[in-house]
Amino acid sequence: MDAIILQILNGLDKGSAYALIALGLTLIFGTLGVVNFAHGALFMAGAFCTVTMQRILNLSQTVIDETQTDFLGNPLKVEVPYVQSWFGTEFGAALQDWSVLLAIFLTVPVMFFLGWAMERGLIKHFYKRPHADQILVTFGLAIVIGEIIKAFFGANPIQTPMPSAFVGTVDLGAWLGFDSGTILYPTWRLVYFFFSAVIIAAVFAFLQFTTFGMVVRAGMADRETVGLLGIDIDKRFTLMFGLAACVAGLAGMMYTPILSPHYNLGMDFLVLSFVVVVVGGMGSLPGAVAAGFLLGILQSFASMNEVKAIIPGIDQIIIYLVAIIILLTRPRGLMGRKGVMED
Amino acid sequence: MLGLNSKDFKLFAIVVVLALVAPILLNPFPVESSLGQSFNAGYPALMQRFMIFGLLVIGFNILFGLTGYLSFGHAAFLGVGSFAAVWMFKLLSYNIVPAIILSVVVAGLFSVIIGFIALRRTGIYFSILTLAFAQMMYSIAYSDLIGKFFGTVITNGETGLQVYNDDPQILLDAGDPKVPHLFGLEMNAQSVMNVGGWQFTFQNGYYLSAIFMILGFYLAIRIFRSPMGMMLRAIKSNQTRMHYTGVNTKPYMLAAFVISGMYAGLAGGLLAAMDPLTGAERMFWTASGEIVVMSILGGVGTLIGPVVGAGVIKYLENIVSKINDGILHNWFAFMPDCLDNLLVTIIHPFIGKGWHLTLGLLFMAVVIFLPGGLVEGGQRIGKLFRGRKSKASGSDKSAAGQPSTPAE
Repeated sequence: MDAIILQILNGLDKGSAYALIALGLTLIFGTLGVVNFAHGALFMAGAFCTVTMQRILNLSQTVIDETQTDFLGNPLKVEVPYVQSWFGTEFGAALQDWSVLLAIFLTVPVMFFLGWAMERGLIKHFYKRPHADQILVTFGLAIVIGEIIKAFFGANPIQTPMPSAFVGTVDLGAWLGFDSGTILYPTWRLVYFFFSAVIIAAVFAFLQFTTFGMVVRAGMADRETVGLLGIDIDKRFTLMFGLAACVAGLAGMMYTPILSPHYNLGMDFLVLSFVVVVVGGMGSLPGAVAAGFLLGILQSFASMNEVKAIIPGIDQIIIYLVAIIILLTRPRGLMGRKGVMED
Repeated sequence: MLGLNSKDFKLFAIVVVLALVAPILLNPFPVESSLGQSFNAGYPALMQRFMIFGLLVIGFNILFGLTGYLSFGHAAFLGVGSFAAVWMFKLLSYNIVPAIILSVVVAGLFSVIIGFIALRRTGIYFSILTLAFAQMMYSIAYSDLIGKFFGTVITNGETGLQVYNDDPQILLDAGDPKVPHLFGLEMNAQSVMNVGGWQFTFQNGYYLSAIFMILGFYLAIRIFRSPMGMMLRAIKSNQTRMHYTGVNTKPYMLAAFVISGMYAGLAGGLLAAMDPLTGAERMFWTASGEIVVMSILGGVGTLIGPVVGAGVIKYLENIVSKINDGILHNWFAFMPDCLDNLLVTIIHPFIGKGWHLTLGLLFMAVVIFLPGGLVEGGQRIGKLFRGRKSKASGSDKSAAGQPSTPAE
């Protein structure tokens, strides 16, 4: 029993990342009808927002410390980060420690702007073009974003430490009533899961309970009629694109301590999250989230040693296998609506 | 001639001539000159790639160009073809005939299976399905899952498959060369011709790939002009109407898919014949993406487009990634220093390791402004010149009064 729970938990963090990316993809697809191959690049851009924040907080000046001397007897030059000299040593160090979470102040505006600029500058011109063209141009954009990141940050993965408060594991077994020590779970992954649960809930609440969300949902159902009612639906859809970019960016931002970001990260996640969207059903938000968690958990089950002993390497192909089976038996995906992408 | 109408025959003849004299044409600069070192492309390793990838994209174009089904997993067939060919080298001998035959057959079998399943869906679903299949095959090849399952080696995982001395090679005679050969004709044998400062290299392997490319191109023209090609175009323009008129489109689609898969298998076999080792990275989805990029860049649905696209991308890849800051400084040496440095700083991210950035931007520009690819660009330029000529010779009335209307 505890082994099964452990595998479910192991699948949660990857599943949350898939779910967040798939949610953003579905938002874009549902509102604007665009298949966005650059969404993985947005995930990666979010991850690099964390890196940038960390670099900003670690910017330092060289101060001559008269109290210490080097081995020649000269006053020692010490690198003091600006934040520590401005906000005091202790508070500054705390800020640096929490840089992954502080990056949220950078990620949200940057990603929102990026999404907005992408929609207004590029994707706007592709609504009337065939889906293949949309796929191609966003695929090109994904290459370009990845390469720009590579030009600035280099090709190697960049380590981004998590806040020291979250280092280590949580003894979930004791919480859930099993023997203590049976289910140990890394704290940050738990944080990641709750963080993404909050974001998913927030997006759904935003769509469900605000007037803005209501208009957007109406626009998703019937864009033309909403336009005829005198509502500028295009403007709202543009904002939704920004929101979807934010969701992907936040997912990437929080994922950095789990996986060191590198310029190809987006591509790795993109393929999988597309599979997730298709399994969940194109255009269905709950489907995307459910399929994200489902596939994440399936993947972690498939990587159990007991399973791998029977079919070696099943963990690497299980997602694609499931996708193929689902597409063939339930062509619209788990929760797909009728008439989406069937022309 | 050859069953082609005069326009197609002209195109075909141009391609044949270009392919045959490419070793000379692609070396326009003397070897020792700085331009020659940067821009010459007439060495066999690169020219083979022009031909092999040209062949691959010609095949891809039969599927994507004619039917509009965007396969994002075409590199899988290339990889399968390569693996099949290397296995033939390992089991029989270095003769490339069985290797190439088997690579085409195996790729064909795989594409029958995958096509049968993937073609049940259309649009984006088809793209994702092919992508999923290709990624699955990549994972299987990369970790050699089938081999592990049976306790042997099939793809040899990360190391890649190659021929070892203790392989059976049952047809190997004592006198046979230890490199891929065609009945004793070694693939990497080459003759070098020096004319003044110029140096031209002619290689057997290149001409083999060129011959296959020409045959593939000929077959593609015939398919484009056949009733089946017409049927495939009809599927692209309106599949529903085809169903209403009572046509079962599935066999045509599957035939197109399998043909293009076999082209890819042939290209994979040729790649293995040039260099008898292969790895799973040949099947990764970025490789499939590159095929798509080539065919879009050249011009989807046109005959010559794929060859142009493959050539341009492979050429630029080679040239742009070779250029470095030193070479740039050399070129801009005539300018004042500050201007020189400024230009080099601006261009720096786009060259050398930044080649993919250039590729991405080029690709986006083509998709945005030239949906018909470079071929359409060429046609527009041609039209511009012709339009100007006819305007100049035409009557003054039409030229003077109204603004000219675009020819489209």
